Amino acid sequence: MRYAMAVDTKKCVGCSDCVVACQTENHVPIGYCRDWVVEVMDGTYPQLEIEIRSERCNHCANAPCVRCCPTGASHFSDGGIVLVKPTKCIGCGACIASCPYDARYPHPEGHVDKCTFCLHRVKKGLQPACVAVCPTKCMYFGDLDDPKSDVSVVLKKRKWKTLIPEAGTQPQLYFLI
Amino acid sequence: MKEELIISGRMNPKIDPVLNIWHWQIPLYLFLGGLAAGILFFSALYIILGKEDKFPTAVKKAPLIVPVLLVIGLLSLLLDLNHKPYFWQLYTTIKFQSPMSWGAWTLMAITPVSFVWAALNIKEIFPKWDWKYPFIKDFEAWCRKQMVPWAWVTIVLAVILGVYTGILFSAFNARPLWNTSILGPLFLASGLSTGAAAIMLMSKNKEERMTFARIDILLIVIELFLIIHMFMGFMASTEVQIESARLFLGGKYTAPFWIFVVGMGLIVPVILEILELARKKVPIIVPASLVLFGGIMMRFIIAYAGQASRWLY
Repeated sequence: MRYAMAVDTKKCVGCSDCVVACQTENHVPIGYCRDWVVEVMDGTYPQLEIEIRSERCNHCANAPCVRCCPTGASHFSDGGIVLVKPTKCIGCGACIASCPYDARYPHPEGHVDKCTFCLHRVKKGLQPACVAVCPTKCMYFGDLDDPKSDVSVVLKKRKWKTLIPEAGTQPQLYFLI
Repeated sequence: MKEELIISGRMNPKIDPVLNIWHWQIPLYLFLGGLAAGILFFSALYIILGKEDKFPTAVKKAPLIVPVLLVIGLLSLLLDLNHKPYFWQLYTTIKFQSPMSWGAWTLMAITPVSFVWAALNIKEIFPKWDWKYPFIKDFEAWCRKQMVPWAWVTIVLAVILGVYTGILFSAFNARPLWNTSILGPLFLASGLSTGAAAIMLMSKNKEERMTFARIDILLIVIELFLIIHMFMGFMASTEVQIESARLFLGGKYTAPFWIFVVGMGLIVPVILEILELARKKVPIIVPASLVLFGGIMMRFIIAYAGQASRWLY
């Protein structure tokens, strides 16, 4: 099993519903976010192009945060999802410094916090909160090892990219372009 | 012309706009750890070489401050943790791929060794010191018989501690400025150099000071070589590393790095030490303090500049 997510940059309108849904679902402390929207504007007026991406932890297959963690609090869970166990985390910040996507943050309670791909929902057969709530249905989630899953089908049909694959992290968050 | 404007909705405290997760505690610890490693290295080295009598300060006096340095360093590491009550989780596992785990276990080993090392020499400062209990005296007598094996253990641990302070940074691929294997040897050389400087400050023996001035000159030249090498490596590497080197070549950290670290911390003391060897009158306190100052500035600047360097996407 290999969980992954694809985000359609052509359909995303940058409404930030995914951000709010995540904050509500996961009780993210005020002022923090586990997912966020990035807008990249390219070119000079009037030849402008915009790409909108809903970003979050890439749940890398070769995750530097798991490698750098001195206690094993950062670990791979079901389907390669990268999780933090708060009672094992000492809050040293090594994983935060090691993430090229800056997807982690120190929770006000002390431990490190991040996107979980809503594993608690996925286990119940539900979609992650951000995917479920998206008004343009631009996000796809599923198991890459299953050729019939939403994410496998859309990645076969469409062109896609990942963010800084040259960092060697093997990210599992795909952007349809 | 191609222009790009990136707007991100993320504003997490301590992460955005520039990573700011590690503050003064980490560079202070790296400095103290390097200094402790340097002093223990020379102390153990001269015992192995059988030259205790020629270098009384290095072998007997300087190790007395090492436990103090390490305890302050450990306290500052503890202060750096965001989830302090769970710090003991470090000692429930060994993670071979995590430099921080290596460092935690090295400190666990070297701190008690440094206490023993200091205890064996405490009579240098307090001649009337009495251990009171016979079992402590027995242990002391046993240790004195095993000085050379002890010195070998200490010297290996000191080198691991010195290198580790640099590897801690260089293991982070996400921060291109840190992601160079030069940092390990550079921090080791700097730690040994600050150790030599501390011994020079404490020593009252002219010959010993001259020897350490010679050692320090060699170490500073190695450091300068490694720094030049580091920038050559960056400039010949990928865009992210070129960009990170620019922090020091025209960017925000240019003046502090070249003035405080390279100028005041390396070039001025090396010139003063050469003058001293040439029998010119140079108060030793000046180059030795400058080396210590340069050492601490180097850790602070690399810690902060590294967090300002990042992948571009």
